[in-house]
Amino acid sequence: MTATALPRTGVRARRHRVWRQPVVVTALVVLVAWLAVAASAGLLSPYDPLAQSADIYAAPSAVHPFGTDELGRDVLSRVLHGARLSIPLALAIVAGALAVGGVLGLIAGYLGKLADEVIMRLTDLVFAFPQIILAMAVTATFGPSAGNAVLALIIVSWPVYARVIRGAVLSIRGENYLSAARMLGVGPVTVLRRDVIPNSVGPAIVLATLELGNAVLLLAGLSFLGLGPRPPAPEWGAMVALGANDISMWWVSVFPGLAILTVVLACNILGDAARDRFDPNLVGGR
Amino acid sequence: MTTVDTGAPRRPRVPSFVRYLARRLVIALGLLLGSTVVGFLLVQAVPGDPVAANLSDEALGDPEAVAAFEQRWGLDEPLPVQYLTYLGNLVQGDFGMSQHTGRPVLEDLLDHVPATLEIAVPAFVLSVLLGITIGMFAALRHGKAADQAVRVGSLLGLSTPPFWMSLLVLYLFFFVLGLSPGGGRLSPEFSPPPTVTGLYPVDALLAGEPMVAWDAVQHAALPVLVLTLVTTATLVRFVRSALLEVLRKDYITAAYAKGLPARTVRHRHLLRAGLVQIMTMAGLTFASMLAGTVLIESVFAWPGVGNYAYASASALDRPAILGVTVFVAAAYILINLVVDLLYGLADPRIRLS
Repeated sequence: MTATALPRTGVRARRHRVWRQPVVVTALVVLVAWLAVAASAGLLSPYDPLAQSADIYAAPSAVHPFGTDELGRDVLSRVLHGARLSIPLALAIVAGALAVGGVLGLIAGYLGKLADEVIMRLTDLVFAFPQIILAMAVTATFGPSAGNAVLALIIVSWPVYARVIRGAVLSIRGENYLSAARMLGVGPVTVLRRDVIPNSVGPAIVLATLELGNAVLLLAGLSFLGLGPRPPAPEWGAMVALGANDISMWWVSVFPGLAILTVVLACNILGDAARDRFDPNLVGGR
Repeated sequence: MTTVDTGAPRRPRVPSFVRYLARRLVIALGLLLGSTVVGFLLVQAVPGDPVAANLSDEALGDPEAVAAFEQRWGLDEPLPVQYLTYLGNLVQGDFGMSQHTGRPVLEDLLDHVPATLEIAVPAFVLSVLLGITIGMFAALRHGKAADQAVRVGSLLGLSTPPFWMSLLVLYLFFFVLGLSPGGGRLSPEFSPPPTVTGLYPVDALLAGEPMVAWDAVQHAALPVLVLTLVTTATLVRFVRSALLEVLRKDYITAAYAKGLPARTVRHRHLLRAGLVQIMTMAGLTFASMLAGTVLIESVFAWPGVGNYAYASASALDRPAILGVTVFVAAAYILINLVVDLLYGLADPRIRLS
C-alpha cells in the first residue's frame, strides 16, 4: 500500500539491496547465534548456572572464561542460560502486545465511531505515563516475577500496535473489495479474517521486529531493579545488578550487559532494515 | 466582496489560536483526570490494608484514630466515592502521606524534583544541540559512509542498557581513573547548601561556597554523560529522518538551484522547516527524562524522582506510588501541552486541522 505512493524508483531499488549490507548480515548472524544458544544452553555451558562454589569473584581465566560472581557461580554459564529467559520472555511480550494492540486496533479501525474514540483515548492515556514507571508500578503491585514483568510490559506497550493497525485498517476501509465482500453477504468476522487482517498486518509485523529489542531492554531494566524473574534465575538485567554490588569486579556485570547489548543491537538493526524494506513510511511507535 | 465562497461557513471571529488553545486544554484536562483514574485503580491492587500500613500501632488500637483516617480518605465508602474523596484531596494539594518516608507525598516529590532537574536539564540541552548537529550532518550525507556510521552509532546508543552504561562509566571514571567522586549528589564532607532553587551547584554559588558547587558539578557529571548519550541517540535518529523528509521538498532544490549559499539553505530553509517536528520530539524526550531516568538514578544513588518512584514501588507504598505516577503523568501531559501550543504558534496550519 505504501510502495505505490512513492514515485522514487531509484530509492526503492536501493532499498531492496538492504539485506546485502554487511551490517545487516552481521546482525542476522548474531541473532541466529543467540537463538542457537537459547536452544542449546544446557549443552554449551561448562557449569550448572545455579551451582555455587567456594571460588568467589574469580577473574576471567581458562577455567572460568567470564569469571565467577559473588556466590562463585560461573558467569559464562549464567550468560548462556540467560538467553533462555530473556529471548522467550521478550518474544512473549511482543506477541502479547501485538495480540492485544492488534485486536483493539482492528476494532477501533473497523467499527470506528465510539469504539474508535474510546480505544484511542485509552492509548493516549497509556502514553501519558513513561513506560518504565508504569511497568514498575504494575510489577510492584502484582509482585515481582517473570510472568508479572511480561504482563506489565504488555500493558505498557500494546498502544503502539493498536495505533499502527488502526491506521492500516483505516487506509483500506474504503476499498472496493471490502464493500464487495459485504454486499455478497459475507459476515463481518469473515471479512475481518479474510480481507482486513491480511491487508493490515504488515506494518504491525515490522513494528514488532523493531519493538523486540526494546522488549529485551525494558525487561532487563525491570530485572535490574529486582522486579523481574526471581533470583537465582540467571536473568541478564539481574546479573548486571549483582555486578553493581562491587564494581571493581567488572566481569560480573560486563558480560551479561554485553549479551543484552548484542541482542538488542541486532534486533534494532534488523528492525530498521525491515522498516526500510517493507514500510518506509512507518515512523517508529510514538 | 467578490471572493470565491469556499463553502465553509464563516466562523465566529474568535482568533484561531484561542480556539486551538481551548481544545488542547480540554484534551489535557481529560488526560489528567484519566491518569488519576488509572493510578487510583492500579493501587487498589496493591496488597495490604491501607489503614494498618498508614497508622502506627498505637493509633491502630484507638478506634477513633482509625475512624478519622478512614473518614479522611473515605475508606468506608464504595470505590467511586473513595476516588472522588481522593480527587478532592488531590485538588487541594493533598497527595496523602508516604508510608516509607512518613512525610507528605507532595513534600517528598518537591524534594526529589530538583535532583532530577539537576541532571535532566544539562543533559537535555546537550543532547538537543548534539542531536540537531549530528542528525543534520547525517541527513546531508544521506546514504554515504558518514551517514551509515551515524546510523549504527545511534543504534548502538539506543541498544545499550542505560544501567549498564552507568556502571561502565562509574567503573572507568571512578574506580580506574579516579576522576569522579562516585555516586550521590555531594561528597560526605560537604553539607547541602541552603535551599533556594534546590539545584545544588546554583544554591552553593548563591551561598558563596564555590567548593561545594564544584563538588556537586563533579557528582552530576557522570549521570549527565550517560543521560546525554542515551538521549542524543534517540534525537539523532529523529532529526535525521525529519530533515531527510524536508530535503526531498522542491523548495530546497529551488533554493539550491537559485544559488543560495549552502549555509543559508541549511539554516533558513532546512532546519526551520524541520524545527516543528524536532521540537515535538524534544518535548517528549524531556518529559520522559523526568522519571525515565530511574535506571540511571539507581546506579548513581541519585535521589531523583525515578529513585523515589522505585523506592515507593518496592515498599508497596500506596499513596507514594499513586502520587508519583499521577505527578509524572501530569508533568508529561503539561509538557506535551506546551509543545502543542508552541507547535500551533509556529505553524498556523496546525491550528486549523
